[in-house]
Amino acid sequence: MKRFALWAPLAIFALLFAVVASGLFRPAEKVVRSAMVGKPLPDFALPAMVPGKPGLSSASFRQGKPRLLNVFASWCIPCIAEAPQLMRLRAMGIPIDAIAIRDTAPAIAGFLRRNGDPYERIGSDRASQVQLALGSSGVPETFVIDGRGIVVKQIIGDIRPENVAEIVQAVKDAR
Amino acid sequence: MIAEAGLAALWFAGALAALQLVMAAIGIARDRDDVAAAVRPVAIVQGLLALLAMALLIELFLDSDMSVKLVVENSHSAKPWLYKFAGAWGNHEGSMLLWVTILGLAGGAVAIFERSLPERTLTATLGAQATIALGFYAFLLFSSNPFARLNPSAPDGLGLNPLLQDPGLAFHPPTLYTGYVGLSVAFSFAVGALVTRDVGPAFAKAMRPWVLIAWIFLTLGITAGSYWAYYELGWGGWWFWDPVENASLMPWLAATALLHSVTVLATRDGLRAWTIMLAVVAFSMSMIGTFLVRSGILTSVHAFAVDPERGAFILALLAIYIGGALALFAARIGTVRAGTTFDPVSREGGLVANNLLLSVILGIVLIGTLYPIVAASFDVQLSVGPPFFNKAAGPIALLLVAVMAVGPLLRWRRDDAKAVLRRVILPIGATLAAAIALLFVWPGVLPWAGLSLAAGLAVASVAPLRKRNLRRTPLFTYGMVIAHLGIAVSLAGMASDRAFTQETLVAVRTGEPARVGPYTVTLDGISPVIGQNWSALEARLTATRGASERILRPQLRFFANPPTSTNESAILTVLDGQLYTVLGQPDGQGRWQLRLWWKPFVTLIWFGGVLVALGGMLSLLGRVRRERRTTMRNQWA
Repeated sequence: MKRFALWAPLAIFALLFAVVASGLFRPAEKVVRSAMVGKPLPDFALPAMVPGKPGLSSASFRQGKPRLLNVFASWCIPCIAEAPQLMRLRAMGIPIDAIAIRDTAPAIAGFLRRNGDPYERIGSDRASQVQLALGSSGVPETFVIDGRGIVVKQIIGDIRPENVAEIVQAVKDAR
Repeated sequence: MIAEAGLAALWFAGALAALQLVMAAIGIARDRDDVAAAVRPVAIVQGLLALLAMALLIELFLDSDMSVKLVVENSHSAKPWLYKFAGAWGNHEGSMLLWVTILGLAGGAVAIFERSLPERTLTATLGAQATIALGFYAFLLFSSNPFARLNPSAPDGLGLNPLLQDPGLAFHPPTLYTGYVGLSVAFSFAVGALVTRDVGPAFAKAMRPWVLIAWIFLTLGITAGSYWAYYELGWGGWWFWDPVENASLMPWLAATALLHSVTVLATRDGLRAWTIMLAVVAFSMSMIGTFLVRSGILTSVHAFAVDPERGAFILALLAIYIGGALALFAARIGTVRAGTTFDPVSREGGLVANNLLLSVILGIVLIGTLYPIVAASFDVQLSVGPPFFNKAAGPIALLLVAVMAVGPLLRWRRDDAKAVLRRVILPIGATLAAAIALLFVWPGVLPWAGLSLAAGLAVASVAPLRKRNLRRTPLFTYGMVIAHLGIAVSLAGMASDRAFTQETLVAVRTGEPARVGPYTVTLDGISPVIGQNWSALEARLTATRGASERILRPQLRFFANPPTSTNESAILTVLDGQLYTVLGQPDGQGRWQLRLWWKPFVTLIWFGGVLVALGGMLSLLGRVRRERRTTMRNQWA
């Protein structure tokens, strides 16, 4: 028993070695896959961000029609870059809601004045709590959510002009 | 010519390492003392040749020699000289050369200074050191040649990552590497002792100073790195559980455990097998850390190269060295006589508890760091972050602090539980007093426990000096007192930062005030500033607190080569904490984003780290002095 125990460190190391070696030769994934796809939105209810526009709760995503959920902030530069794409999606008749991260009402109002306002509702997430629950690591991120409140697609980073088609397709495919 | 000379020096050093290994093997296997006697000088010359190669690489960077590939990829002629100098190791090949240079120099230092180890064990130790060096020379020469030329040469370089363009780069990597690679000496000692089956108090006494030196550098390197990340990254945090930070923490944990177990072996001849095991584990952690960083298997700010071929090379070296040492351990340790045993309530018992808890923390950090790789094997992408590490390691670290407080108050061999209780009554009182006082400002569970225990530990760590003649107390006792006190100070800083930090993010116009903690911060204006290889927008902030007014100038810096921007935070340090300011983006309508933190007593974290290292130095000084006195006495007798 004692002699056997002496070989235990070597055995543990061999195990470690096997795991790491297998990790080394597996090609790294260039695109981060979403862990949220196929899962329902977490429950949340956020207060209104700007006067005159309602806040956002998870219940509004279970009304039978697919919607986009855009996570953004007035202090985020890529959010400005993706604004024209969001306006285009809105013009195609896709409803878009938003969660504003760590932001203030005047700043958001200014952002919408400068970059356009594609949103029906904007919830204020002051402490990034809902953002974390959504499994979103930064801004901007956009989720396509079907009529039952299930996430069908997640776009990490800004929506580029070339992403618009796939988003429209995802909305069409969603029930 | 310089590049070719550097490459030649590297080849010669590698050849000498091979020679050193062969001579050590012949010296021991055939009992040829004449061959063994030549091992020392070879080790010294090998170290010097590695140093020469490193010096020549630095020379190439200082000259901005754009016919050398490494210089082109990582430097630029317009950089300040300090970053050309430090840029020599701010990349994969250069940092590996630095690694090998320190390895060679460590072997050389052992050859010059180590006089108390039996000659046979020393020969075996230098043989082991040469074996490690040989593998890493091969790695440099065959897969990461730092001296490769570029034909035709480039007009200018691509520049250095702006995050690395900071005086910290000149000190942090060499310090940390000296710590990492210094542990190779302990590893080689352990292998040498296993080969000659000579494990005992004399061996432990010889090994202790070498472990201490590596541990001091490791402590300083981690402390400095933590402060560097704190002010340079502009995120207001001081430890991110980044894989590379963990890679430096793991050898430190193992080395700390080793430092304590080697004391048991030296004074009481106990824990023989365990000490040998720890010596192997400590340097193994260094090598695993190197592998994690250099293979690109984990992504991090510190990872330079993503190259599976290099990763495979280092992994093979790891398998040979760690696997070989562990196999030798399993085969030989049974033939090493068991040391003496001891009572559970004793200094030795306390040190065993310390070792167990440190090992558990080490295990947690190792699992947390490697888990993403394991999960990836099952097609799950995830990252393990602060919530896991804090929750899993935090409580055990606090338990360790409690053991730390009691341990030094125990007597060697056997102690009386009642007498111990009398000795710890004061520290327990301090802990309870702090715990009750803190109930009024409830800081959260972990910080509450941390602050209370820090108070207890602070009292307990100076308690060994009670009723002693302070002038006749040995220097290494002072070392222990100061190191333990440093942990208490650092812990208090961590808990205070975690519990009482205030953060605000505001968008302000010129003249508009913002409040954070006791400070009111006003944006006076924004002006452009030009540096040697960057331009910046600099905010002038006035921070008022009562009657005192101070100016802070955080910057948003733009670098041209390569084009990037960095946030240069501005920090106001006062006695009771730091005001940390970061300038963010403008909103285009005259408002600027400011991120402000008030961090009470956060500086204690690093001050404590420096105290810990200082304690290590005193202890080292005390041990070396006593050692010299005893050898001198023996010569007279």
